[in-house]
Amino acid sequence: MSIGKYEDLNAMQIDVLREVGNIGSGNATTALSSMVGKMIDIEVPNVEVLGFNEAIDAVGGPEKVIAGILIRINGDVDGMIMFLFEQNLISLIVRTFFGTEPQDIFSLNEAELSALNEMGNIMAGSYVNAISQLAGMTIDVEPPMMTIDMLGAIMSVPAIEMGEMGDKLLFIDNNMVIDSTSIQSKMLLLPTIDSLDHLLGKLGVA
Amino acid sequence: MGQKLIIGISDWKIGKGDDVLVTYALGSCIGTCIYDRTTGIAGLSHIMLPDSTAIIDGHTTRMKFADTALPDMVDRMRAMGANVPALKAKIAGGAVMFQTANSRFNIGERNIEAVKAALAKLRIPILAEDVGLNYGRTMTFWAENGAVEISSTVMGKKML
Repeated sequence: MSIGKYEDLNAMQIDVLREVGNIGSGNATTALSSMVGKMIDIEVPNVEVLGFNEAIDAVGGPEKVIAGILIRINGDVDGMIMFLFEQNLISLIVRTFFGTEPQDIFSLNEAELSALNEMGNIMAGSYVNAISQLAGMTIDVEPPMMTIDMLGAIMSVPAIEMGEMGDKLLFIDNNMVIDSTSIQSKMLLLPTIDSLDHLLGKLGVA
Repeated sequence: MGQKLIIGISDWKIGKGDDVLVTYALGSCIGTCIYDRTTGIAGLSHIMLPDSTAIIDGHTTRMKFADTALPDMVDRMRAMGANVPALKAKIAGGAVMFQTANSRFNIGERNIEAVKAALAKLRIPILAEDVGLNYGRTMTFWAENGAVEISSTVMGKKML
């Protein structure tokens, strides 16, 4: 069966995607944990199929200011990985690498920004490697791009690129947990409709 | 007391008199305010994409595209009694949120061109614009006088 739009997914396919997100984000979080030397967990992922506005509300609301790191993926799965990092996670990463505390999200210098970018790069690579191994696929990761702005403006990028043919977005969404506190920093995997078919086929639930 | 109307992505709404229309966090999308000061009828559209013509099947909204959203909104304003020759427009958005060497993804620029083309076709002059660059914008629009405020995290607030 071919998926024509995201809302056609059945319950079993959603479960399989949740597991894909679990394995991918678990691997990405392990990479983050070992870089910052701190135990970081993930919550059980949500698989969301939502309208554009509901999707933005689900990850924090349109005017929330956040750091977004976008990594395009292509090959057997096309789409993007988006990291949404809040101030507390940014502070943790910057402190680990530079020993200093950034004043706020807008006062990051070039070196701090590129460290965050590199963290996104490593985490995206780990995420994608786990899925590749699971499904026997080849997935390439493009260089990360970062911006600090309103969440609605950041999320308009996947909405535009994935949302041309329909009015919904599909994303697999993980909250991170540090010291038993959910920090609301997120990893999103957003596959295109076409590659969703391919991925589910490889996993035997197309 | 006027209402506050919130316009989401791929949406448009029409207000009147002392209504205030708001659309949050325009990235590469474009917010288009169209108003008639003689009647106080005013519409705000938030489009995502330039062109509906490649979309052949029916399960997507016309409010998403510049070429369909703007004529539809003006039709409704006319039906509500707006004086079409008096209509004026102000636009904002069309940013590049993530810098990339690959121009395939520069949808902001294409959105700006498409909105300008749609307004030219409707013969509605653009009195002010705040478009392009690389940051998100929230647009607040007062129906009674066509005033528009742009707020952004990097540039603060300004009036259009």
